Amino acid sequence: MTPSVRLQEMIRIIRSARTQGEERGVIQRECAAIRAQFRQADNGGRSHNLAKLLYVHMLGYPAHFGQMECVRLIASPRYSDKRVGYLGAMMLLDEKQDASLLITNSIKNDLSHSSQYVQSLALCTLACMGSSEMCRDLAPEIERLLKSSNSYIKKKAALCAVHIVRKVPELGEMFTPSVRALLSEKNHGVLHGAVVLITELCERNPETLDAFRKAVPELVQIMKGLVTSGYSPEHNVAGISDPFLQVRILRLLRILGRNSDTASDAMNDLLAQVATNTDSSKTAGSAVLYETVLTIMDIKSESGLRVLAVNILGRFLLNNDRNIRYISMTSLQKIVQTDHNAVQRHRGTIVDCLKDPDASVKRRALELSLALVSAANIRSMMKELLTFLSSCPPELRAHAASGIFNAAERYAPSQRWHIDTILHVLTTAGGDVRDETVPNLIQLITTASDLHSYTVHKLYRALVTDISQQSLVQVACWCIGEYGDLLLKGDCEETEPAEVTEDDVLDALETVLQSHMSSPSTRAFALTATMKLSTRIRDNIDRIRSIVSIYGSCIDLELQQRAVEYNALFKKYDHMRAAVLERMPVIDKSSPGHTNGEIPGGTVKEPEQLKPKPPVTGLTQQPASQVCDLLDLLGGTDKPSEPSLAPPTTAATSTNSTVGGDLLDLLGGLEPTPVPTVTVYEKNGVMVKLQCDKHTDTAVTITLIASNSTENDVTNFTLQAAVPKSIQLQMKAPSGDVIPAQGMGHVTQTVLLHNPSKATLKMRVRVCYSSQGTMCQDTVQVDSFPSPVEN
Amino acid sequence: MIKAILIFNNHGKPRLIRFYQYFAEDMQQQIIRETFHLVSKRDDNVCNFLEGGSLIGGSDYKLIYRHYATLYFVFCVDSSESELGILDLIQVFVETLDKCFENVCELDLIFHMDKVHYILQEVVMGGMVLETNMNEIVAQVELQNRMEKSESTVWVFFPFFCLFVCLLQGGLSAAPARAVSAVKNMNLPEIPRNINIGDINIKVPSLSPF
Repeated sequence: MTPSVRLQEMIRIIRSARTQGEERGVIQRECAAIRAQFRQADNGGRSHNLAKLLYVHMLGYPAHFGQMECVRLIASPRYSDKRVGYLGAMMLLDEKQDASLLITNSIKNDLSHSSQYVQSLALCTLACMGSSEMCRDLAPEIERLLKSSNSYIKKKAALCAVHIVRKVPELGEMFTPSVRALLSEKNHGVLHGAVVLITELCERNPETLDAFRKAVPELVQIMKGLVTSGYSPEHNVAGISDPFLQVRILRLLRILGRNSDTASDAMNDLLAQVATNTDSSKTAGSAVLYETVLTIMDIKSESGLRVLAVNILGRFLLNNDRNIRYISMTSLQKIVQTDHNAVQRHRGTIVDCLKDPDASVKRRALELSLALVSAANIRSMMKELLTFLSSCPPELRAHAASGIFNAAERYAPSQRWHIDTILHVLTTAGGDVRDETVPNLIQLITTASDLHSYTVHKLYRALVTDISQQSLVQVACWCIGEYGDLLLKGDCEETEPAEVTEDDVLDALETVLQSHMSSPSTRAFALTATMKLSTRIRDNIDRIRSIVSIYGSCIDLELQQRAVEYNALFKKYDHMRAAVLERMPVIDKSSPGHTNGEIPGGTVKEPEQLKPKPPVTGLTQQPASQVCDLLDLLGGTDKPSEPSLAPPTTAATSTNSTVGGDLLDLLGGLEPTPVPTVTVYEKNGVMVKLQCDKHTDTAVTITLIASNSTENDVTNFTLQAAVPKSIQLQMKAPSGDVIPAQGMGHVTQTVLLHNPSKATLKMRVRVCYSSQGTMCQDTVQVDSFPSPVEN
Repeated sequence: MIKAILIFNNHGKPRLIRFYQYFAEDMQQQIIRETFHLVSKRDDNVCNFLEGGSLIGGSDYKLIYRHYATLYFVFCVDSSESELGILDLIQVFVETLDKCFENVCELDLIFHMDKVHYILQEVVMGGMVLETNMNEIVAQVELQNRMEKSESTVWVFFPFFCLFVCLLQGGLSAAPARAVSAVKNMNLPEIPRNINIGDINIKVPSLSPF
């Protein structure tokens, strides 16, 4: 019986199984039989059994019990056993299994076997699954085989050495001397292996790279031989003599010629020759030509050669064969950074490829188009890209959308164009954009103050048409809430005027609120927008009140909280509503207010004015709720801090304002006693003194007392303080902001300094006030703090 | 570097799988399924290059495939390989299989899976291209097969039987060619060279006991 019959028998049986279950049954029986036979150590059938096991493994069934059998078969003296054993080792074993260590010795013995085929089996297995220990053990053997006279073994040893170098890079030095000699071989297989090995060594070690630069003339010689030789039947592929070897040598020349003038000069002629003489009608020629082009662009070649290279790529871009078009775009992508203008010339063709029905070509064209966008061609490119976005395959949409945003941000010719583009993207691909698009767009809109009316009209129209794209709806709601008055006024030069009544607007917002398509954050946006409109419209305030009160019992916690607070704003704090809901100031992307402690010199805490911060999509506690907490704490005092509808808030600032309630009691107890104070500021009759109340190792409490000796009251008096980064500052609310004249009263403010690192205390204080109608502002530095009061 | 070589048919059944990087067995099957999904969706007139699926390494790797009748030959490579070169390599591999199996078809791959592996071992080793000269590959494979066969002690009587059958059925003129091809199909290491049909005097070098 020939060896494979039993395997074929089994395959036939498996194939005749009609269902998956039947197949599983057959395979289980066979595996059981195989396992039994492994245990028997039957000499004759072992290799057949392992072959059967490998087939079963390919179908996806577990075969790990064959690992020891592989080890045993490899150790057998018979070639047929070894063959299957090594194949099993490559398929079933890897360096994580313990059994792989056991074959190291067998491989070592087989590397010195008399038969070259046994040697080759060992080399193959080592190259496929050799672990670092095995490689270290066997590297000297491989090095010896590199010098053998058998070219079949030499080429395999070269590739095995590549694997060793990848696993254990330090061993590369061992192979460097012997591999240089291999370049003078005639056998193409050996040459190929040698070039791969040299490439690997050069990529890993820059010194080796320098050493091998001297081999450039030799490589050029080999290439010339290949290119100019006549028809050789052995290595011929479609008229090109051994294109595989040519491609490999070109790659190596690229690595050697990079950043080296001498090496690049040596190759210039050769590259020109290859570029002009290679016939590119078949794939083989094209492969060589592309490699040549990439090499020319990467080394320091002359400009004439570079122009030639880009022209070749441009020619291939127009080729009918899709493969060649794909490859040419890949190559252009690699050189677009360095030779931007050259690639720009082919922009038209590339943009046309966006419409190719092949998805791979489309992907390449998209990446290349995004790389080619510049200030000069932004308008036309964007038109193309937006058309592409509406028809592109779903897996490319997110990439296209983010690419368009980046390009728009960098090269937008005007703000209106920018806003239009973003709106277009949101309408077509709103579901695929990133989360930070919404705040970015809102920030952009606020900065374009002259376009508010235009923007809100456009957004309103988009909202009315379609409320499924969440990002678009969120931005639209925000804008309508903020600029609703402009919408209702109706006159806008840039779009057709439309009559929008208050009812229409409220209808639109209510639709968003009630639609099942809206996400919770979208609903939150809509509710806030509705609330904001209460100050911007005149007639339908009751309607807004009813909407807001309905949501007071909503299941969604965020909405309910907001609704309850807005309700409170209507009922108890109606007098504050206008101030709370007024137009937000321009959001500055890099405003220091929301970066805590980033400014050298410390944070500037301003208890009176909460700076507006850019809206955050993860909606957390609203400052309106802060207001309510504050008011509850204080039980209705007459001086709450002025909130705005900016979303919060770092913990420090919130504690800042919520503690405000406490200190009114504190301040009641503090009398200006004659204690040692330091005068911090004295000018225009206004004097600020610093008094240290409590001084521990890590915390200091000081009071700033301001007095006025002029004849008129000083109004709008505020103090701001800054401390070094290692110290934490907490300013309590001041007692007031009017300093009565003639020293009749004081304004005091307590400041808590927390100093865990016991650094030297330093403070900078800014004083602002208006006296006799003029605004004054001064900054003083406080370096010395008085000793604390002995209580 | 070539990460994996997969051959599967139009229904996704694997005919040969070779991974040059370690993957657990269930992961291997998942990769095959994913690759099949990606490749089977493609039309026939689009390009032969695809981005790798997420299981096999994502966009760092490319799938270069060729579709021959009922089989897909897929090579998963990284950026250090020339794409068009690999396309040619697939062609060389298939032509080699054709030469070794005489008009190779899917059944040959199914029933001689181990032989296909041995042929592949001569073309790609450790994820790197070893030899691209078809004749060289075929010659080496033949020598190795011969070595394996010379070890087997059992001599088959089938070839002689077929020879007689051919002689009887095919007639005298057709007999030599058909006999030779029949014997060739039996994968004997040596083709009996001195078959003298005229007097049915068959001299074969050696006869071992059955």
